[in-house]
Amino acid sequence: MSEMLPTRDGYGKALVECGKKDKRIVVVSADLEDSTRSKWFAEQFPERAFTVGIAEQDMVGTAAGLTLNGFTVFINSFAVFMTNRAYDMLRLDVCYNNRNVKVICSHAGLTVGEDGASAQCLEDLALMRVLPNMKVVVPVDAIEAAKATRAFAEEEGPMYMRTSRGPFPVLTKETDPFEIGQANVLREGKDVTIIACGIMVSESLKAAELLKKEKIDAKVVNMHTIKPIDETMIVQSAVSTGAIVTAEEHQVHGGLGSAVAEVVTRKAPVPMEMVAVMDTFGESGKPDELLKVYHLKDVDIVAAVKKVLKRKFDTAKV
Amino acid sequence: MASINIEEFKSLAKDFRKQILEVTHAAGSGHPGGSLSAVEILISLYGYKMKHNPKDPTWDDRDRLIISKGHCTPVAYVTLANYGYFPKEELKSFRKLGSRLQGHVHIYAPGIEFNTGSLGHGLSVANGCALGARLRQKNFKVYCLLGDGELQEGSVWEAAMNASHQKLDNICAIVDYNKVQQNGPVNEIKNLEPLAKRWESFGWEVEEIDGHDFNQLMKALDKFDSVKGKPYMIIANTLKGKGVSFMELNPAWHGKAPNDEELKKALAELK
Repeated sequence: MSEMLPTRDGYGKALVECGKKDKRIVVVSADLEDSTRSKWFAEQFPERAFTVGIAEQDMVGTAAGLTLNGFTVFINSFAVFMTNRAYDMLRLDVCYNNRNVKVICSHAGLTVGEDGASAQCLEDLALMRVLPNMKVVVPVDAIEAAKATRAFAEEEGPMYMRTSRGPFPVLTKETDPFEIGQANVLREGKDVTIIACGIMVSESLKAAELLKKEKIDAKVVNMHTIKPIDETMIVQSAVSTGAIVTAEEHQVHGGLGSAVAEVVTRKAPVPMEMVAVMDTFGESGKPDELLKVYHLKDVDIVAAVKKVLKRKFDTAKV
Repeated sequence: MASINIEEFKSLAKDFRKQILEVTHAAGSGHPGGSLSAVEILISLYGYKMKHNPKDPTWDDRDRLIISKGHCTPVAYVTLANYGYFPKEELKSFRKLGSRLQGHVHIYAPGIEFNTGSLGHGLSVANGCALGARLRQKNFKVYCLLGDGELQEGSVWEAAMNASHQKLDNICAIVDYNKVQQNGPVNEIKNLEPLAKRWESFGWEVEEIDGHDFNQLMKALDKFDSVKGKPYMIIANTLKGKGVSFMELNPAWHGKAPNDEELKKALAELK
């Protein structure tokens, strides 16, 4: 059993480290310092931490203004408030102006749990991915979240990171490589490739174990960067395994599955299935209960793999 | 500050108005109404108050102007061209494909600090810029030009609250209170009054003036230096379409260019 840690904790700790090294790092929050873990930075560097109160639009604009002084600005909220409420500001102030703002959002996905659908952001990846200049990262675990934070601190330009409220299994090691835009293979396989992000990576690894019992050899890819998406990895996987299943804690429209499909259809057409939330809102419940009800569990990935493999073999027969 | 010849400013204002009409006419589209209203404000900033250097537009110690009413490109570009940021000849390219002079203010044009166009954005950005200046212990000032209609956007009031909470006394916002928005009189569409009291109640020092009167503008801008511990707002009472009889206070001229005949008529009035 892997250790369990929320990815927001990985971010919070790394941000403090980055702040020690780089005095240009400034943090702006909107009353959710404790939940987003930006508080840990604020406690260490109060002069470089601002809150604007419950005012996400103001937070984004203020951050863009701060960058005009050469600062790298990390802004923090829940995914739903940041990406939905302040979208016009993210588009215009951050992306159109190409400012060095790092957009860090916790409490994304169904795994927010009991707070229910209003808080469960299932559209952030689609919204952020469509904005020019924006890079989009979903760390798989707390260790990767820390690495992504360091990368965000070093690289110029608008970037979005989705972190989690609840604990995610720690799947990577400090020594594993992490580069924005370069996916990692967590398990090799030859029959099908499961491409996943966030919590769905661990579900995919479990699915691969279940499939192994049925003599199906699944490759599992941690696609931590949704944009720019690792086209090489997608094409190689499509060519070598001939079928792809994507898995994400996000709406089926516009997220990881869509991003992968955009590459597959243009560069290496193979059958694909998507495991995602099927165009519906969530509800209150325990995170794991919700993953079951909305069909985001290992068994759902297994079912999708079987479906895609049937299509792969039917196509081969023709 | 060098001695200011008001008559020179007045003649400059007339000349700017002509150029605003000419550039929108040449472009075949654009926003003359809210440009004509802001002429004296921009001349007072660039010709009198702001520390700036057209030869070095990114000089770190310059004062900054964030233009929140991003559609007033005709007056912004005419002002920058006339103060030497780029050749006046380039004004002819306004709104054309490949031009540095985009339809809404964009940093492609030397002297523009921030791209805007969607209303209600500029004050937060200006606040952030002012906060950053304070953090860097820089003495430059940040100005923000707001439209009156955009004060109907809630985000402006989020920013208004934050500026006073942060005690930002290095920011001066100016409202071009020209009384008209795209679909009619501002205070019929959604009343802003009592505007000065509203800003005061948000913790701002407020000065209300005639925004076409250079003496009042310069005096109000000078008062900025003495305001401590809170942000400063100048409510500049102006007329949308100022200087052209058939454009004044007429919402139709918010966002359309004069045709040949209208241009001729307007220019004749500005002789």
